[in-house]
Amino acid sequence: MKATVHVMLKSGVLDPQGAAVRHALGTLGFDGVDKVRQGKVIELELDETDRDKAQTTVTAMCEKLLANTVIESYRVDIA
Amino acid sequence: MRAGVIVFPGSNCDRDLAVALERAGASVSMVWHKDSRLPDGLDLVAIPGGFSFGDYLRCGAIAAQSPISKAVVKHANSGGYVIGICNGFQVLTETGLLPGALMRNAGLKFLCKPVGLRVETSDSAFTSGYSAGQTVQFPVAHHDGNYTADAELLKRLNGEDRVAFRYVNNPNGSSDDIAGVLSKNRRVLGLMPHPERAVDGAHGGVDGGGMFASLVNVMQSA
Repeated sequence: MKATVHVMLKSGVLDPQGAAVRHALGTLGFDGVDKVRQGKVIELELDETDRDKAQTTVTAMCEKLLANTVIESYRVDIA
Repeated sequence: MRAGVIVFPGSNCDRDLAVALERAGASVSMVWHKDSRLPDGLDLVAIPGGFSFGDYLRCGAIAAQSPISKAVVKHANSGGYVIGICNGFQVLTETGLLPGALMRNAGLKFLCKPVGLRVETSDSAFTSGYSAGQTVQFPVAHHDGNYTADAELLKRLNGEDRVAFRYVNNPNGSSDDIAGVLSKNRRVLGLMPHPERAVDGAHGGVDGGGMFASLVNVMQSA
């Protein structure tokens, strides 16, 4: 099965890259963008067939490696 | 003093760090990242700057999971000394040996220049050769040196006198101008600026020499 992990900076953590993207959008004429937050998406192809087990394993992966929980939050979607 | 310099794929300050330590009188061995044990009898583990594993995922994240890093964590947890410079600091935060995280510079630019630092504490083996309040100049060379800590952590770091260095003019947006922090037992130091690039007149300054001299001094008298 396939897992998709979304990693985002926690709210409250300044995101200088998101701010730069927002600024660049403004210079391109895209007005009305109040805020941009940038994150990353990680896709994993898993051998696991049990949904709950996959959820548990990928959550452990996030805690140990895929996200830095000091500054980042994550969401795991199993499909 | 016996020091081990860790070498990851993408480390690029490993040799400079070894030279700086040797010059101060340490005997240095280079330690490969795939080794799962440190050489016996090491007093200090030094994690150099560079771009370990191409900065993939996050700076220092992959290196922090390598076999040697488990041995480094064990060394630190049993009271051993560890210094992480630049990418080495990022590795130390990723292992959890030091608190906080290093994010993209607030100005988004890679910064490579000498910066002024204020020594905030002389109460550590790394900084006992300086006096608190003294200003020194080390070069920085980083894209992700924006030290990020929440209010609670900052309070703890300040309260426990664990900020080793602060930028005189904050170049990268770091919380509270922090350039280097100590662990709770004061035996692990991480800092973004490069003391090993300030140990020879040809470097443009020798302020970094004090750190290596101080380390050798503390460990030889121990």
